[in-house]
Amino acid sequence: MRVLVLVPGVLRSVVDGHAKLEVEVADSATLGVTLDVLAAKYPLLDRRLRDERSALRRYVNFYVDGEECRRLAGTDTVLHDGCELQVLPSVAGG
Amino acid sequence: MDDTVLLAIGTRKGLWLATSGDGRKTWDVTGPHHAMTEVYAVAIDTRGPVPRLLAGVTSEHFGPSISTSDDLGLTWQEPDHAPVAFPESTDASLARVWQIAPGPASQPEVVYAGTEPSALFRSTDGGRTYSFVEGLWNHPHRPDWHPGGGGQAVHTVLPHPADDQRVLVAMSTGGVYRTTDGGDSWHPSNTGVRVSFMPDEYPEFGQCVHKVTASLEAPERMYLQNHHGVYRSDNGGDTWESIADGLPTDFGFAMVVHPSKPDVVYSFPIEADARRFPPDGKCRVYRSDDAGKSWTGLHQGLPTTGFWSSVLRDALCVDDAEPTGVYFGSRTGEVFASADEGEHWQRLVEHLPDVLTVRAAVIRA
Repeated sequence: MRVLVLVPGVLRSVVDGHAKLEVEVADSATLGVTLDVLAAKYPLLDRRLRDERSALRRYVNFYVDGEECRRLAGTDTVLHDGCELQVLPSVAGG
Repeated sequence: MDDTVLLAIGTRKGLWLATSGDGRKTWDVTGPHHAMTEVYAVAIDTRGPVPRLLAGVTSEHFGPSISTSDDLGLTWQEPDHAPVAFPESTDASLARVWQIAPGPASQPEVVYAGTEPSALFRSTDGGRTYSFVEGLWNHPHRPDWHPGGGGQAVHTVLPHPADDQRVLVAMSTGGVYRTTDGGDSWHPSNTGVRVSFMPDEYPEFGQCVHKVTASLEAPERMYLQNHHGVYRSDNGGDTWESIADGLPTDFGFAMVVHPSKPDVVYSFPIEADARRFPPDGKCRVYRSDDAGKSWTGLHQGLPTTGFWSSVLRDALCVDDAEPTGVYFGSRTGEVFASADEGEHWQRLVEHLPDVLTVRAAVIRA
């Protein structure tokens, strides 16, 4: 199945300038698995999104069809074909 | 023709670079580089054929990394995979890099990184990628190291300039540890360093050491700024003796030794743990010319009153020019520079974010 990943402007430099990425994953793949697939092609993007334990960065949000993944099942959230995964930095800093 | 002197200024929101080509009379300042990242650590490595800048940068959103530049900051590079990462077996993740320390001159590709949580990493490719030093992480004392006010971090790394098997690290809290076998085994080295926050005033370890600085000319000569207490060692850290007499206070964070005169050391005293201001609001660097037997307050060109800012542990440094330049940055974004070993000062830049670290070096023409 395919997942559409929307990349925020601040991270496009590490994905060759793309605003959208199509990721091919197995049916019923989770968010974590999808990020693993993405990491294989874009390791620099991955370490902006997750630490070395594959934990999501605290101030990066992952909206699965409009719902932030932490309100769902986190990295265990199951995605579906045509799912839209929007990555957005959250409000932080001073 | 004068060589260029480069000053790297790491702040809470990016890195600024100042260069002077006229004997440190005037400076050109560029930045922010790595905007909106905390730059806790920066190094100017002049051992190789091309000077390399190394910056430990941490984005609040996107995490920590180390970035390098071989063209004095015009362009920056970082590897695709994390240059510093904890092995899976540690169940830890990197919070930030606190210290980047080039290794001995005989090993120009060796660079060390001290991190939060407290650990040491070693690079053998000039600081691009790093390996985990397991010996320190596996030390039986580690469960008893606790975060100081700034976090649990190895904030000081001092490779011995002539013996590549010897490295000293310091952390808050935990204190000083040394290896003599290239990092396989580590031993606490805090004899004589007093703690003010535990019933046992002279424990084997657990001190909140704020900074250690070692002379390149006489590497057994070291100075230590503690969480209350200022010390000197003449035996490479085996023992420490107080040199606080003559200073207005024994509290502070920053301390740096002169690059070629082992008896000359600089400090920026802070009033006390509970009052983290310069004494009486006077901006003064203190220098000892006799290994801590006496101290002189240096103030010509510095604010004489109303200076309630402070100087963090890595925000005081020296260059390797002649005569030696001394620099410090404040938490209120000012950087002061002296081109004559601290006798006279000028405000090099102001209104930056809080200054976390400064490092300076001559870039040979």
